[in-house]
Amino acid sequence: MSIMDFFKRKSSGDVAKDRLKLLLISDRANCTPQIMELIKNDIIQVISKYMEIDAEGLDIQITQTESEGRNGSVPALYANIPIKDLKHSKVN
Amino acid sequence: MSEVIVITSGKGGVGKTTTTANVGTGLAMLNKKVILIDTDIGLRNLDVVMGLENRIVYNLVDVVEGSCRIKQALIKDKRYPNLYLLPSAQTRDKTSVSPEQMKKLIEELREDFDYIILDCPAGIEQGFKNAIAGADRAIIVTTPEVSAIRDADRIIGLLEANELKRMDLIVNRLRMDMVKRGDMMSIDDVVDILAINLIGAVPDDENIVISTNQGEPLVGNDSLAGKAFLNICYRITGEEVPLLNLGENNNIWNKLASLFKKN
Repeated sequence: MSIMDFFKRKSSGDVAKDRLKLLLISDRANCTPQIMELIKNDIIQVISKYMEIDAEGLDIQITQTESEGRNGSVPALYANIPIKDLKHSKVN
Repeated sequence: MSEVIVITSGKGGVGKTTTTANVGTGLAMLNKKVILIDTDIGLRNLDVVMGLENRIVYNLVDVVEGSCRIKQALIKDKRYPNLYLLPSAQTRDKTSVSPEQMKKLIEELREDFDYIILDCPAGIEQGFKNAIAGADRAIIVTTPEVSAIRDADRIIGLLEANELKRMDLIVNRLRMDMVKRGDMMSIDDVVDILAINLIGAVPDDENIVISTNQGEPLVGNDSLAGKAFLNICYRITGEEVPLLNLGENNNIWNKLASLFKKN
């Protein structure tokens, strides 16, 4: 292990915190990684009908967002979809 | 006005029973009239932590089934005359009591006590449902570990769904030396993740083991854990007490100790 690796190494406390954050998002949403993958594929299919997107760069996650609901915070599905090219809509 | 507090955690072994014993004893030290109810039917433990295991005649199930009057089943504490224990049954199971029966029992006890503290069993099944049924507020105990925090989060969700008025968090078994090294999540990390009010943090203290061995809660004594638990009791009664410094003293002693070890 090089010296740089030593400095870059994350402390185990931070690893635990990061793991927990991801874990709780899926726990709270009752949403498994498998379901997230299915949602992602469906989104790609639907959006691809209208524009060319970067499927590799697509990122979806469930996060918290402010709302007037209980405790002012609710889960939200966040999708970041890079567009490669806007197709010109066909005129029928 | 009496207040009913359930001490819960989801995961087992994080310190619910120890917390119940110390919080109950601490509140009694502050001259409150307190009853502790062990709702862990089949796995009775609060009696041994309190050192009252030899005085049990009747238990929670006897009271609920009407085999005895409430007063007959209550055990007076060794040290504080205003502290009582209602022990759980050891030879029955969680289905021996229903949430409705718990609610009724608690309503009867409200007249006589300032604080009714329920020691909740681990898990989210019937025993948990019984324990939270009559509670006004909850104290969630967790340790700075992934598994305990995950379970605490699940419990918080279930308590919210049951519309408990208030939830507070105790972070138990902190090891400040490990937190400083970055090898344990800090109090702030845990509070950040669970997003509920922190009512206290308790260090991992070998005095806890000693006090459990002896059957005498350590709340209020000179140990760090004893001070931390007493502070929690003050906060339960509504007093504002600054968070105990768990790090500095400990660290100096650790450093000194490690110096001597090397020689």
